[in-house]
Amino acid sequence: MKSIQSIAGIVIAVICFVVIHVEAQNAKATTGTFALTNATIETVTKGTINNGTVVISNGKIIAVGQNIAIPSGAQTIDCKGQTIYPGMIDGGTRIGIVEIGAVPQAVDQQEDGDIIPQMKALSAVNPNATAIAITRVSGVTTTLTSPEGGLMPGTAALVNLFGYTEDQMYAGFEGVVVLFPNTGRRGFFDRRTDDEIKKGVEKSLKQLNDVWEKALQYHKLDSTTKGKGLAYYPEMIAMLPVMRGEMPLLIEVNAQKDIQAALKWVKEKKVKKVVFTGVTEGWREAENIAKANIPVLVGPVIGIPSREYDRYDAVYANPGLMKKAGVKVAIRSQEDGNGNYRNLPYHAGFAVAYGMDRMDALKAITIVPAEIFGVSDKLGSIEVGKNATLFVANGDIMETKTQVSNVFIDGYKMPMESRQTLLYDEFLNRVPGVKK
Amino acid sequence: MKNTILIILVSCFFSVASGQVEKGSVLIKNGTVLTITKGNLENTDVLLKDGKISQIGKNIAAPAGMKVIDATGLFVMPGIIDAHSHIALDAINEGTNAITPEVFTGDAINPFQMSIYRALAGGCTTSHALHGSANSIGGQSQTIKHRYGTFDPDAMKMEGAPRTIKFALGENPTGHGRRDGVQPQSRMGVEFVIRQAFSEAKQYQEKWDTYNKNKAVKGFRGAPPAYSLRYQTVADILAGKIIVHCHSYRADEINMILRVFKEYGIKKLVFQHTNEGFKVAPEIAAAGAMASVFADWWQYKLEVYYSTAYNAAILVKNGVVTSINSDSPDLIRHLYHEAGKTQKYGNLTDEESLNLITINPAKQLGVENRIGSLEVGKDGDVAIFKNHPLSIYAVPQYSIVDGIVRFDRAKDANDMRLIVDPKETIDVTYFKNSLDHDNCMQGVESLFGADANEQKN
Repeated sequence: MKSIQSIAGIVIAVICFVVIHVEAQNAKATTGTFALTNATIETVTKGTINNGTVVISNGKIIAVGQNIAIPSGAQTIDCKGQTIYPGMIDGGTRIGIVEIGAVPQAVDQQEDGDIIPQMKALSAVNPNATAIAITRVSGVTTTLTSPEGGLMPGTAALVNLFGYTEDQMYAGFEGVVVLFPNTGRRGFFDRRTDDEIKKGVEKSLKQLNDVWEKALQYHKLDSTTKGKGLAYYPEMIAMLPVMRGEMPLLIEVNAQKDIQAALKWVKEKKVKKVVFTGVTEGWREAENIAKANIPVLVGPVIGIPSREYDRYDAVYANPGLMKKAGVKVAIRSQEDGNGNYRNLPYHAGFAVAYGMDRMDALKAITIVPAEIFGVSDKLGSIEVGKNATLFVANGDIMETKTQVSNVFIDGYKMPMESRQTLLYDEFLNRVPGVKK
Repeated sequence: MKNTILIILVSCFFSVASGQVEKGSVLIKNGTVLTITKGNLENTDVLLKDGKISQIGKNIAAPAGMKVIDATGLFVMPGIIDAHSHIALDAINEGTNAITPEVFTGDAINPFQMSIYRALAGGCTTSHALHGSANSIGGQSQTIKHRYGTFDPDAMKMEGAPRTIKFALGENPTGHGRRDGVQPQSRMGVEFVIRQAFSEAKQYQEKWDTYNKNKAVKGFRGAPPAYSLRYQTVADILAGKIIVHCHSYRADEINMILRVFKEYGIKKLVFQHTNEGFKVAPEIAAAGAMASVFADWWQYKLEVYYSTAYNAAILVKNGVVTSINSDSPDLIRHLYHEAGKTQKYGNLTDEESLNLITINPAKQLGVENRIGSLEVGKDGDVAIFKNHPLSIYAVPQYSIVDGIVRFDRAKDANDMRLIVDPKETIDVTYFKNSLDHDNCMQGVESLFGADANEQKN
């Protein structure tokens, strides 16, 4: 009898061991050769393919089209009734550097100092941030994490939302952030007088000019000495790639007046590579932005007009109006307050509802940001040779009804779960219910 | 004598004129009508007459001279209702005491705010102008209709809407208490502060009951107890005369308030935010309490860290009357989109999703007999959309309040301000902060460093 009990005990223990596998954070990703068949493929760059197949191997897309031979040993995923999209790219996030907004110990987005381009967001990105899985299961696979505060808060980094080290996550782009001197108010509680604002802006602009002047000289010295014997000057070292034209300045600018000032500044200083970000009032200066050939990362699109007298839909319509004027437009979410970068396709959707062409809006969250970040050889479309960073959904990704069924990042098949889905699984039919 | 009567009559006329509701008539032709409570009707007309829905059916003939909207190819639904908002208010937090039930947001209505018109431009015709969450028992709150165009604050009030009051649990009231060096500074203190208020109000009411009983006895000479608006209001809560809207995030504090309310026999309870409501959905349902939630907000503070966007779906599937709210002058403009997210997170049907922004919030405000569905006899509050309201491509075209078109996408001017501040320069622009907390703490940001940080920059 005793032995039966102990055998039963062992059996139960084995069952428990098999059934209850504890995941401290996320389930493991899997990799290999995958064939996604019978799908509608939104290649983004080469039209839509019906009833097509995408083959993924060694982290790359190796075949796209109809009548594709499936390699032996490939794991086939039937995507009938489903659409394959390239992974969405959000150029406006704090992923990995803000874990909980109101808890200072959980916020790494801002360092001390006004001009600190040497502060690298990439170093502070936590590969296990809760927002990572929450964001990627919605098809947003790649995000720009930007530091915040002061005039030059640091260097932003593009990361893929999968990996355990910064090297594994790094998606091949960094840019120095400039928060261009801002004449706008930060809310109705901002009671500075017009004069105070003007003086503050002038002071900041002077600072910015000083930095630029120093960076020019430092660059000249660096070029002539080939970097030998130069004193350690971290701010200037961080500026060198910008001066060389290897890295853009990401200039956050929103009010019309400030956009005008930034256009003038960029022209005067002959900045080699520039991206405007935010650009809430871009529609007011769209032609001049287009003329200056400066691409924009616009967003949030779902937002309130910045002026009382503006039309209620001014911010929704902004991306479409800029695109129409010839600006290269990428859409970002920048939903920092509530961590909802997963809403990126809805920002694109609102742009469509208020005038932007749907395909332009889809490009604005895929191939266009990839181009702006200089990674369009790897990301942003479904093409042979590109990274297998894509997802499968059961419809138009801009519609809230649509469900994402599979996400691949660099050929790794993501577990389709996050803390939020696990809570759903645990609590939908809670055990015990009201009575234990 | 004649003059006196005339004066009385004239003053009566003026007191009626203040807060008087303007009503209109319009015939909406040939739309897809989403009635909410009685299914969807294709190619159907809705007749609004003198501010009320007077007929829903096919081929209704337009009475002579009546305004007609051609809704062919459009979706006609009841005006959207937001059970948690702070628009149209000049003040949100009193916050000078752990309990301030004596104050009333209805005294701070500002009919000129652009946010009212912008809400209309998102199909939202009614909102609950809630007090903030700086203290455990906040102020009484007012249900308003978005009658943008009126200059009269009282005309914004939804006549006959039940009294409501704001309670607040968790980080906001405890944070406020810590900064002021008073209770509550912990969730223990929050429970105590509320229990203390209930107990003291009970005693207060007993004194009045005793006095009122004795007063009837011949020869009684005692003085009445001192009147306190604060305790009278709490006594009214105990008597079931006021609906409590309780700001809450964590499951344990939701359970705490369910326990306390049960003990004091209070039944009218709506949880606000309720981010962890999904964890205690069976308890909320069993108590007959309701829940008003965000579609997907999380991460902005510790007590929302363990949120899930599946919250609304879990609550609905557990039988809790649930609404999606805005708590934001931005979200209030696209509650239809917020409701749509429950289809991604939990596969709610179109009907279930639309309930979250129509009939359910109406129930939570105690006005479901007036608004929240398209039925004959109800108020003429209607939103008309191009594309289905749960589609991302939905664009509100008209918003109608009491039969009056208050938003018309095609006809309205770009600049819809009612008044222009002569001191305002043309370049004034406002941009949002990057790290938001919920808007319930508006007016007390200075205590939380937001202002201090701003001034530093």
